[in-house]
This record gives sequence, C-alpha cells and structure tokens, in this order.
Amino acid sequence: MYIIIVGGGNVGYYLAKTLFAAKHEVLLLEKDRLRYRTISEELGEVVMQGDGCQADQQLEAGFGRADAVVAVTGSDDDNLVVCQMAKMEYNVPRTISRINDPRNEKLFKKLGIDATVSSTKIIYNLIEQEVGGGEVIPLAALNRGNIEIVEIEIRKNSIVAGKEVKSLALPAEALIISVIRDGHAILPSGETVFAISDSVIALVGADKEHELRIVFGENSD
Amino acid sequence: MNIVILGCGRVGSTFARLMYRDGHTITIIDQQSEAFRRLGSKFKGNRIVGNGIDEDVLRRAGIEQADVFIAVTQGDNRNIMAAQLTQHVFDVKKVVARIYDPIRADRYRQLGVITLCTTTIASGLLRDFVNTNEWGLAKDYSEEYLSLGV
Repeated sequence: MYIIIVGGGNVGYYLAKTLFAAKHEVLLLEKDRLRYRTISEELGEVVMQGDGCQADQQLEAGFGRADAVVAVTGSDDDNLVVCQMAKMEYNVPRTISRINDPRNEKLFKKLGIDATVSSTKIIYNLIEQEVGGGEVIPLAALNRGNIEIVEIEIRKNSIVAGKEVKSLALPAEALIISVIRDGHAILPSGETVFAISDSVIALVGADKEHELRIVFGENSD
Repeated sequence: MNIVILGCGRVGSTFARLMYRDGHTITIIDQQSEAFRRLGSKFKGNRIVGNGIDEDVLRRAGIEQADVFIAVTQGDNRNIMAAQLTQHVFDVKKVVARIYDPIRADRYRQLGVITLCTTTIASGLLRDFVNTNEWGLAKDYSEEYLSLGV
C-alpha cells in the first residue's frame, strides 16, 4: 500500500518507521524546514518538505495514487483540511485523521473523514475504566464504530470466574473470540472455564457494550 | 443582526467597527487580547479571548444566537474549520470564510462554504488596472473607514 502521512511530529515519525518496517510504501510530509531536515537525515527520501493542504504539493507527493492519507499534525484544523482536500482533489480511498480535541470527532465524521483517532479520548477511556472499577476496556472500533473489540479482565472478585463460557447470558451481538491466559491466547469453546486474571477478548455491537458489562458483573452506573 | 467575528486583525477589527457603528450586536474572538487594541475606543461590542475552533468558546461568544459568522484569522485552515463547525453544528445561516489560497477557496466554495479569496480579488483588480487604467471597483470603502475615526 502507498500511505502518505502528513505531519512529522513524534506520531508521524514513528508511524512512518512502523509502516516502513511493515514493507509499506510511505511518504512523510513535513511543513517545517528544520524539522524536515532532522527527520530526513535519518529516514532519507521517505520524507518530503511541504504543506499537505496545498494542491500543488499534494500532486507532487502523489496523492493521486495513495491508498491512504493519514493526517497526524497537532492541529485539528490542519488535519481536517488535509483529509478533505485529499478526498475532493484525489478521491483518496481512505483518510484518517488524528483528533486532539475529542469533541471534534462527530464533526469530522459528518464532514466525510473515514476514520479518526483521538489519543486524548483513548487515554481518558482507560482512566475512566481504572477509576470506575470497570473491567471492560475498548480496544478498537470496527465498521466506523458499529462493532467494538473489547478486553475484559477477570479480576479476583469477578462473578464469572469459575464459570463456563456457555453459562453466560451474552447479548445476541456479542462474541467471545479469545481468552488470554498466562500470555497464551486460547480459542474458547462453550466448555472453557474463566479463571482469575484471564483477559477475555470479545466483539460486541457498540450499543450492546453496556449489556456485556453487566454480564461480566461490572458495577453499572 | 447578531454577528460573531473570528480574528481581530485588520479586516476583522475594521468589519467589527463598521457593523457596530451601524447598530448591530457584535462579538469578536481572538486568541490574543492585545489584538483588541485595533478596535479603538468607540467599539463597545463583546470581546472573547479564545480558540475559535473550540465549541465552548463559540458558545461563550453567543454563536447559538448568531445570524452571521465571519472567519478572518490568519490561518486558512482555521477559517475553513470554524466555518464548517458553525454551519454544521450551530446551524448559523450566513457564514463566510476568508481564504488566502485560491485552490482551497474554490474547492470549499464548491462544498457550500462561502469563501472570500482576497488573493484572487486583489491580483485580478491589479491586472485589470494595469491593462485598462481603470479600477474594477465602484468604490474602495476608504471613506467609510475614515469616518470611523480612531
């Protein structure tokens, strides 16, 4: 895949290295000349100096044949315009935007950005789970958030410890896909018994997450 | 009319003073409070210090009651995002974004954002003047500006 990353800060830099290691064709676009020099010294021709919002520089960067454009600058307005211009000018199949202010998520979806990632929100969710004593941790969203992948930790006082998978009254739109025990992933059957400190990985419809939490005995609020 | 202006540079502050004198209710937003010095002594509209692409700041500026929103910060993308935010989230009826980059101005115009591209306007006027020795404008609004005083 040809993936264009706009924004050569830490997120863009490490993302470029990771994608590169996974054998993708990558271009990292950085506006600031000084920052460009620093990262291109290490990454070489993978880095281009330019403004990802400007049509002529998008052309030069090859937006026309990009499979995905990922905007990860520290400014939500720049990320929005990069993705919108990529769609309007080059009909890029997949645009992904980093969002700094989580409240912008809805607006970005409405304005046609294919996917958004907010580290602010991910960290907030993790803290919420810790503080709230909850056991269900969202890992990822599929199909624009209709389906979530969640991780459920079986703690000491869990009501499901010692129970079989088939004994749980799971919501119709929930599926337990793996149980991770002592670092090994188990493909569970109905007879698999939950043990303390298991991590259960499940797929669940976004609107059924609450029901799943109740099945695993999370204190509902 | 209730008018919210984002960006208190030369254009934002002059537009605010003109509309305030004409009796409209004005709120002007800028990230830096020193920018409000450009408003002069007669302007008594609201001044809000804050980031114009933050929904809370826009609410504090009374965007929910606004008839008009004008985005004239130095950043094209900031103006574009603020315009789309006020159009799609706050349902403001008349929204204009000043955009320096002619390509972006054109594309967002096609997306339904009213854009004012001062780059194409000024360079077009200059070309016409050089070619024909005539200004393609009926007036340059300088009298209105001078009548505002200081």
